[in-house]
Order: sequence, then C-alpha cells, then structure tokens
Amino acid sequence: MFLEQSDLQAIWLTLRLASMVTGILLLLGTPIAWWLARSRSWFKGPIGAVVALPLVLPPSVLGFYMLLAMGPNGPVGWLTKAVGLGNLPFTFWGLVLGSVFYSFPFMVQPLQNAFEAVGDRPLEVAATLGASRLDAFFSIVLPLSRRGFFTASILTFAHTVGEFGVVLMIGGNIPGATRVASVQIYDHVEALEYASAHRMAAVMLVFSFLVLLALYAWRSDTQKRG
Amino acid sequence: MKHVIKNILATLATLLLAAPAVAAEVNVAVAANFTAPMKQIAAAFEKESGHKVVLSYGASGKFYAQIKNGAPFQLFLSADDEKPAQLEKDALTVPGSRFTYAIGSLVLWSAKAGFVDPKGDVLGKGNFGKIALANPKLAPYGSAAIEVLTKRGIVTTLTPKMVQGENISQTFQFVSSGNAELGFVALSQVMKDGKISNGSAWIVPDVLHTPIRQDAVLLATGKDNAAARALLTYLKSETAKKIIRSYGYNI
Repeated sequence: MFLEQSDLQAIWLTLRLASMVTGILLLLGTPIAWWLARSRSWFKGPIGAVVALPLVLPPSVLGFYMLLAMGPNGPVGWLTKAVGLGNLPFTFWGLVLGSVFYSFPFMVQPLQNAFEAVGDRPLEVAATLGASRLDAFFSIVLPLSRRGFFTASILTFAHTVGEFGVVLMIGGNIPGATRVASVQIYDHVEALEYASAHRMAAVMLVFSFLVLLALYAWRSDTQKRG
Repeated sequence: MKHVIKNILATLATLLLAAPAVAAEVNVAVAANFTAPMKQIAAAFEKESGHKVVLSYGASGKFYAQIKNGAPFQLFLSADDEKPAQLEKDALTVPGSRFTYAIGSLVLWSAKAGFVDPKGDVLGKGNFGKIALANPKLAPYGSAAIEVLTKRGIVTTLTPKMVQGENISQTFQFVSSGNAELGFVALSQVMKDGKISNGSAWIVPDVLHTPIRQDAVLLATGKDNAAARALLTYLKSETAKKIIRSYGYNI
C-alpha cells in the first residue's frame, strides 16, 4: 500500500472538515459580507477589523487562546456546557468551530469585494421593477457575484486543508477525530519517518493541484460563456 | 599616508583575528522543555567565561532536520537520546562528545487540588473525561507514560480518553487550561524551587519506565569553536548540575 491506513483516515477527515467549514462559512459569511458591502454605519469599520483579525495572529497563538476560550473555564466553554454540548476541544466539532473562526476573512473578504462590485445600479433597477430586497439579492446579486463565491469557497476550503497551528492546539491529535492530514505529515516528520511524510505530502499536493485545476478550468469556461 | 593605511589595516587584522580567541560565540539548539534551566545556565556561563551564547528553542525533530540541512548550530541539546545518536551516525557530530545532560522525571498532574492522589490510584478510578499525554511516537515523556499505563494494565481502557500533545509543552497547556482533567507531564514543568506549587500530582517512580534521557552533542560545525567546547564542559560542572536539578531533572 502506498499510504498507510492512518494516512487515508487523516486525509478523509481533512476533506470532511474543509467541506463542513466551507459550507458553514457560506451561510454565515454571506450576510456579513453583504452587510459590510452595503452598510454606511460607523460600526462597519470595527466589524471589518474583527473579521480580519485571524489574519494577524500566528495560528498557534490563536489556537492557544481558542483552547482557553473553549475550555471548561473559558466563555465559549461555559456556553457550550450550558446548552448541553459539553467541552469542544479535542472533538471534531471543536475543530470545525476553530476553523470557521480562523478561515472567516477568507470567505468574507472576497464576497464583500464581489458585492461591492455589483454596485447600486442593478439594485435600484430591480427596486423600480417592484422586486423585493430578498428577491433582488437572489435573482440579481447572487448570479452577478458567482465568481466571488467561487473564489471565496476555494480560498476557504484550501485554507482549511492547509491549516496546522490551530488544529494542532485544539485538536489533541486523536485519530479519526482530530488528526488531520497536516498534523499526520508533521508527526511523520517529527518521528524522522521522512519517506512516509514525502509520500503523504506528494498525495496531498497532487490531489490539491488537480482539484484546483479542475475548478479553474470550469471557471474560465463559465467566463467565456458569460 | 600609505603607512597610516597599512597601520590601520594591521590593527584591524589583529582585532579580527584576536576576537574569536578572547570571546567566541556559540549557537545552541535547545529542546523546548529545557528552555528555563538553559537560560539560567547560559547566563552563568557567559558571566564566568566571557563567551557569548545564542539560544534557539524548538522541537528536537525539527532541529534534527535543520542540522542535517546545514543549520548554523554548534551545540545541540535534544529532548531525547535518539536524535543525537542519529546525528552521530550521520557523521555530523564530533565523535565522543555525546553525553546525557539531564534525566527527566514523569509526573501525573492535575490543575485541580486534591484530584490526583500521591499514588496515582486516580488512573484506575477513571472519573475523568480526558487524560493528556505527549505523543508517544515523538516524545520520550509520552512513551514513558504509555509504559506506566501498560504496567498497570489500563492502556486499552484509557485509550478513548487520551488526548495527545505534539510535545510536552502542549500537553502541559491541555492540562493547565483544564481541558484535560489530568495528564502526564514533565516534573520540570510543575516544579519550582524544588516543590510542586499548584494542583495535585503523583511523581511517577523512575522504576516504572525507561529513563527519559536527554542527550547533548557537539556538532561537527562546532569542532573548532572555543565557546561551544567550553559550554559543553560547563554543562557537566557542578554549578550547571545544581541548576538542572532545581528544575526537577535528575543528573
């Protein structure tokens, strides 16, 4: 076998995590990006800054504070316990929550740019034609910003696959639950099992390249057809 | 004019040549768990010898990879005895320079007072959600913990509750933040000035696991570095050993 069983398990887990995070962020990031693109409130600046914050802190530092926040003595941990979810660190859902926060700017910022590029004009026209704001969003803004959605989803997915510091910190390296591909490769390297590390890194690299290639080919195709 | 320039050049040359002989500089790669004692040892050594010590802290496996690829370290203080031995096999060290500078002690520790009893019977009770240990594949403290649990015959029952830190520092963070109720950490992490200052602990008897040897080695790049050689000798001195012991290591 080219890859060990544990390597395959880690890759599968990574794909599940990245898809889950991308899905959640599409639902969560879209309204926030929309608001950031349209709002003239003074509140826009601070919210935009908060969204961009995960870009600033080193991942392992961010992971450390998430561990404290999600732990039994932290505010998030207190909340999850109060609603009966228990403690999130060292669980798959803890990783999902951490990654959602960590990848937030990668979803929101491309979407915000796309929404801003749509401008006021199409919405004004839609309003004159009697479309409700929700209707205008779904029939005008969404199709017009599909490339933004595409870029945002790719970035979020890729960023989650490549994530390391945060998952290492709040994950606890549990096979099948929190040991993702990047951690597995790191384990191989630290154990001086370079051959295994190379094999797994090669598989990840080829896989990512092929996925990105397919998506970009699809994108330039839809672009040509308009 | 020519004469003056010649003089200046001669003075410069003397200065440049003389400098290393008086005070050399040594770059040391130090295992993260040995950070605190090494800082203290380096300060004492600098004061005594006049040499300059530049310390880098990190994971031993990473240092191994870096040294193999030409990292500018002259001395390597590993968290285990395998990596220095491997470097010796790779012919990247000064033969015969490898030695054990510290032996780690394992402790079962909880941040909660009264949670861990002085005999470690809490392990059998299993009244906890998570138990943390360092990754046994990577960290000697982790494999020592597994040995202890194997001797007690409770590895399989505890496996679902185990969370692994990549190294002993991360394991400590899992326990100190309360995310794991208890965990196997290094005595050096919870001991200060010869006593355990908070939480509750069982100091695991040495006979229950293979000794956690931390080896140091002079790298081939440090063969002619006076500071590196002097620091290596200093690590074996009684002054250094006293500092090392005060952090809960044996030697």
